[in-house]
Amino acid sequence: MATLNSKIPDGPMKDKWTSHKSKIKLVNAANKRKYHIIVVGTGLAGASAAASLSELGYNVNVFCIQDSPRRAHSIAAQGGINAAKNYPNDGDSIMRLFYDTVKGGDFRSREANVHRLAEVSNNIIDQCVAQGVPFGREYAGYLDNRSFGGAQVSRTFYARGQTGQQLLLGAYSALMKEVGRGTVKMYPRMEMLELVVIDGVARGIVVRNSVTGEISSHAADAVVLATGGYANVFYLSTNAKACNVTAAWRAYKKGATFANPCYTQIHPTCIPVHGDYQSKLTLMSESLRNDGRVWVPKKAGDKRKPSEIPQEERDYYLERKYPSFGNLVPRDLASRNAKFVSDEGKGVGQTGMAVYLDFADSIARLGKKVIEERYGNLFDMYECITGSNGYQEPMMIYPAPHYSMGGLWVDYNLMSNLPGLFVIGEANFSDHGANRLGASALMQGLADGYFVLPYTIGDYLAGSSWGKTAVNHAAFTEAEQQVKERIQKLLNIKGKKTVAEFHRQLGRIMWNKCGMSRNEKGLKEALEEIPKVREEFSKNLALLGSGNELNQSLDNALRVSELMEFSELLVRDALYRKESCGGHFREESQTPEGEAQRDDEKFCHVGAWEYKGAGQTPTLNVEPLEFQEVHLAQRSYK
Amino acid sequence: MEQTMKLTLKVWRQKDKNAKGAFESYQADNIDAAMSFLEMLDVVNEKLTKEGIEPIAFDHDCREGICGMCGAVVNGRPHGPRKETTLCQLHMRHFQNNDTITIEPWRAKAFPVIRDLAVDRSAFDRILAKGGYISVKTGCAPDASVMLVSRENSELAMDAAACIGCGACVAGCPNASAMLFVGGKISHLGLLPQGRIEAKKRAVNMVKKMDDEGFGACSNEYECQAVCPKKLSVSNIARMNRDYILGSAD
Ligand code: FES
Repeated sequence: MATLNSKIPDGPMKDKWTSHKSKIKLVNAANKRKYHIIVVGTGLAGASAAASLSELGYNVNVFCIQDSPRRAHSIAAQGGINAAKNYPNDGDSIMRLFYDTVKGGDFRSREANVHRLAEVSNNIIDQCVAQGVPFGREYAGYLDNRSFGGAQVSRTFYARGQTGQQLLLGAYSALMKEVGRGTVKMYPRMEMLELVVIDGVARGIVVRNSVTGEISSHAADAVVLATGGYANVFYLSTNAKACNVTAAWRAYKKGATFANPCYTQIHPTCIPVHGDYQSKLTLMSESLRNDGRVWVPKKAGDKRKPSEIPQEERDYYLERKYPSFGNLVPRDLASRNAKFVSDEGKGVGQTGMAVYLDFADSIARLGKKVIEERYGNLFDMYECITGSNGYQEPMMIYPAPHYSMGGLWVDYNLMSNLPGLFVIGEANFSDHGANRLGASALMQGLADGYFVLPYTIGDYLAGSSWGKTAVNHAAFTEAEQQVKERIQKLLNIKGKKTVAEFHRQLGRIMWNKCGMSRNEKGLKEALEEIPKVREEFSKNLALLGSGNELNQSLDNALRVSELMEFSELLVRDALYRKESCGGHFREESQTPEGEAQRDDEKFCHVGAWEYKGAGQTPTLNVEPLEFQEVHLAQRSYK
Repeated sequence: MEQTMKLTLKVWRQKDKNAKGAFESYQADNIDAAMSFLEMLDVVNEKLTKEGIEPIAFDHDCREGICGMCGAVVNGRPHGPRKETTLCQLHMRHFQNNDTITIEPWRAKAFPVIRDLAVDRSAFDRILAKGGYISVKTGCAPDASVMLVSRENSELAMDAAACIGCGACVAGCPNASAMLFVGGKISHLGLLPQGRIEAKKRAVNMVKKMDDEGFGACSNEYECQAVCPKKLSVSNIARMNRDYILGSAD
């Protein structure tokens, strides 16, 4: 077990970032254009990083799997983005945002990173407004804020229910501005299938053009992965269909360590599953919990219509168990409790895997018009998908996999343990600990891309000379060859089961044994079942067509095969972490009241796994977590 | 349980950009009314795969109506029969048992078909690279509260910015014009004080690029507005024309 060096700068917490920035090496302005940087992924983190790096003068090559960089899944975030502006004068500050985020992450994030995140949060809002992001405003023209995800201050900026879309379009516009200037070269419909490491340093990538099937190599002085999360390991999730773990997993297999893969976020307010054919789950903004009350019947198996169940026979379980936060408890608690009541047989709807989210009281208090103004688009979306009217009868919701807090390990400079490989946004692990708070993902993606990486990458580049590697290096030829073999192997199977069938099978194991609640027995079973699915996949995959054309089944097969390998690491990590923290609930570790019980003595560290070769057990590296500012305490939302 | 349906699909199949395409008919059985249209296609594709027929290629990603990646002309209408609904958000309960459904890609010179229902919309990106932004660099923004924006303009800008870049407007227009898409971006930025400075230049450059990419002219059919899943209004085109005229006169 090795200890990873996080390179947290010395000095008081509030000065670390400022003093670090003033000390790091700079690349001379005239030399920047001699450096080539690869950015993979064009969500908030990737697009903002690529645009900012290009503005600084670097040569940037950007890759994305969709037909346009504007489609990345950041676009689907609804709620908002946090910042410590304190415009409402309600007592917010950088310190408070920092504190809330560390506590919300259940003391499993790195304090110094979170503090920096809170510091730059205000710059993000400035930047986005200047770009033309149409944030919600008051009648007098000032920016409006709302309270979100249980925060006690109003620090969330929003653009209707489409904040992610507007922020992404802002970052995308900055990116297209640089494409127009000719300093960013954009490669859409390209999927990274390998990371190329030469002498221990990340030197480039191998990609496949998903229209022509052509495999090509790209060399650079630094590689930035902004490739998002791995919630699709559960098959059904709120992630877009193309979200995958391939780039991160390839980096892992080339020596980058993978931190805390067991930290996955299950979002409480999603539309419940309704059939086997279902391809994805839809999230509704958790702002709904500001005015909706969550309940189930008190009696297990009560099949009456909600309107026929009198008040005294309803259990508003969040309000009952957590009187001071009520329906606004953090996501992990809200999700877990929905599962618990459903497991007790009190769940509602056809499958019994749902709870009510009831607006009747709010409508009576505020009038339907106000509710419509606040959440009209969400009620419409609910009706569009379920065919039922949330104003007239309570909505039904159930938790769904949504976000991954775990990811590739990075130091304070956002560089992985492989020199030259940087990881930003959801793809890294650092800022959210074991649970992410609402409206924090957008903040982190843009913080990394606009305001952190552009500084820290310069420090690395200034210490290395440019253009050392060209794509004719043997390492690239070899990597290309391996990629081609991987593809051919899949095409040669010619079995009978479709990719989707295997993916569903994997998802069921992960959801049942490594979902919202985990125990040793289930996890060990998962570790036996997953290899069997992989084995069958390698013998019985039905995959038509060739590698030299647009072949969406092949794209999927490649992604699913990597997800399958990765899923074992996730389960292994969940098994290792014999404590409950944030989204990771180990049944063996709970308080007498059934709440998550952390074990700070044994697990107050980041666990980062290191690949040891095919068939070998990975080894664990640790980064001890020290809490100087926010004192370790058991979270309580009672 | 909702009813299941039996459908006949007439789907455009085309191997690649250069191939000549044709319609093929497929049976879709046991279609649940609660499925989305794309889930229906998934079911058909799984069946085809098992029968040894290459599945139908179609673009999609978020499946919640926001990324703009999906889209096909269904029974002659982009994104199908429901108003203000992307194809991924269209549900099978809006079809009837024994229906025949015709599914074809966006048809426009500027959007070449790359396979089956998937088209190349990169012309949209190229237009935006000519001015679909405010030229602010990272780091030089003033405090966000310095610039006030009237609520009215802010809301109108948001209406225009809601565009998801799916291309239905082009597919729906008899002239394959991209004016609603381009007008939307020009309006979004031009309605905001921070976007006014470059407004005229933006309009001139983007409109020129739009013409160069082979999109058609506008003959006031309003079909674009009718098929837009995000309710963009043709008044955005009027705003674009205003800025364009002002810019051309400079
Ligand atoms: S798949 Fe994203 S809008 Fe339809």
